[in-house]
Amino acid sequence: MIDVQDLSVSFGSGASAKQVVKGVSFSVTKGETLGIVGESGCGKSTVLRSLAGLDRHWTGTINLDGTDVDKDRTREQMLLTQMVFQDPYGSIHPRHRISRVLAEPIRAMDRGKGWDKVAAALEQVGLPAAFADRFPHQLSGGQRQRVAIARALMLEPEIILLDEPTSALDVSVQAEVLNLLADLKEARQLTYVLVSHDLSVIAHMCDRVLVMKSGVFVDELTKEDLYEGRTHHDYSRMLFEASAL
Amino acid sequence: MHAPDQDTILAVRNLSVRFGRLARPAVENVSFDLKAERLGIVGESGSGKSTLGRAVMRLLPPIGRVDADTLNFDGLDLLTAKEKQMRNLRGNRMALIMQDPRYSLNPVLPIGKQVAEAAILHLNVGKAEAYKMAETMLERVRITDIERTMKLYPHQISGGMGQRVMIAMMLLAKPRMVIADEPTSALDVSVRGDVLKLLDELVRENNAGLMLISHDIRMVAAFCERIMVMYKGRVVETLTSLEEAQHPYTRGLIAAMPDLHSPVRRLKTLDRNAIDAVEARP
Repeated sequence: MIDVQDLSVSFGSGASAKQVVKGVSFSVTKGETLGIVGESGCGKSTVLRSLAGLDRHWTGTINLDGTDVDKDRTREQMLLTQMVFQDPYGSIHPRHRISRVLAEPIRAMDRGKGWDKVAAALEQVGLPAAFADRFPHQLSGGQRQRVAIARALMLEPEIILLDEPTSALDVSVQAEVLNLLADLKEARQLTYVLVSHDLSVIAHMCDRVLVMKSGVFVDELTKEDLYEGRTHHDYSRMLFEASAL
Repeated sequence: MHAPDQDTILAVRNLSVRFGRLARPAVENVSFDLKAERLGIVGESGSGKSTLGRAVMRLLPPIGRVDADTLNFDGLDLLTAKEKQMRNLRGNRMALIMQDPRYSLNPVLPIGKQVAEAAILHLNVGKAEAYKMAETMLERVRITDIERTMKLYPHQISGGMGQRVMIAMMLLAKPRMVIADEPTSALDVSVRGDVLKLLDELVRENNAGLMLISHDIRMVAAFCERIMVMYKGRVVETLTSLEEAQHPYTRGLIAAMPDLHSPVRRLKTLDRNAIDAVEARP
């Protein structure tokens, strides 16, 4: 579903250029959940932003669903992926009603007005349809993250990119959102790439985990490795011990 | 559990906090004693755990009314203490460490100056000596290259380092009581352990009491001797280990966390109706 070869991203130019992602390659099959774990600043979110088409200065090849995508995406290429961001307070327009937030992707892609799809979209993430008339500040953090997930699903993409989707939430709400993501994946055959610094969330959600450090993948762990505590690199063992606290 | 000669640092009896004219108090009838130990306070957002911490320090805005039968800190009644007395206590005998060092450090003062300021304000020392104390304290929190770091501004250092600077600043006056409100939730997993260990080490050294406020029940359990679980402003349970958990809320919180070592297909979510039935209010 996703095939990335030799992806590199640098910020800045000339002497102050900083290479953040250093030639990484990975692939994800359809219906799989891939986790990327690492500390702040290791480049994990940058990989995700390049996949989503938000960062346009990457080099290498990104292949989504059989097509090599360009740096400036065409409309068809944009429809392949959607992203859910970390902070539900920052990722939803504070002065738009929920209905407008949810209808916007449909209108932006010229697929009609989108209003008629709002109620169904809310119900599918477990929110009452009456929430359509509310503003984001009238919702709790968990409800807002559900809206963000509903928005990502509006255009029926096959790939969802999740950037720390639960790190701003309470553990009890985190459980609800993670269950919702698991249910949606099953119902719609979605492919997830999940970025997080919380190994226990990653271990719960993912089939395969890549450990990232300073722009490169240093380790790859399967679900079995995670549960049995097997690691193949000092850094992933360190992360493991830190999360077992 | 504790030696009987250990003095109680903070005694709280039936503390309630009400905001404005709201009918339901944000914190209701909370009682506990804090000795030279580590006490964890756990709950979801809105359970009143941070409000409790701020009520103890009398840092709530005027709209939050604090009532209690007893609120005694080290022999002083905090309920009747004047603001001036409180100001002498805060940062000196009692300290608060907040969640995000990016917001709790002054962005326009260099690190060294901020830490030294704590010494000048609370310890009655001159400027030169205050800087020397700041240096020693920063060394204690394992900051390398102190000379350079003291000249840096808060935005130039990492989150973990910022939190260590906060700890240095707060513990410089050797307070009797430290309230740490989510001290590690803005930090990476890999530095979390270090910051907690450091906090623990310094608090033990001063023979002080530590109140650790967090939503991460497992972290609190690994770190604290006693855990108070709060739900809707009330303490529902006080535990010494997670295995003792009886209340459905505590059990729900524990089950909601994904565990590396015991995989489940679906996470359990809180059954709020069942909890409210147990917690039914008259």
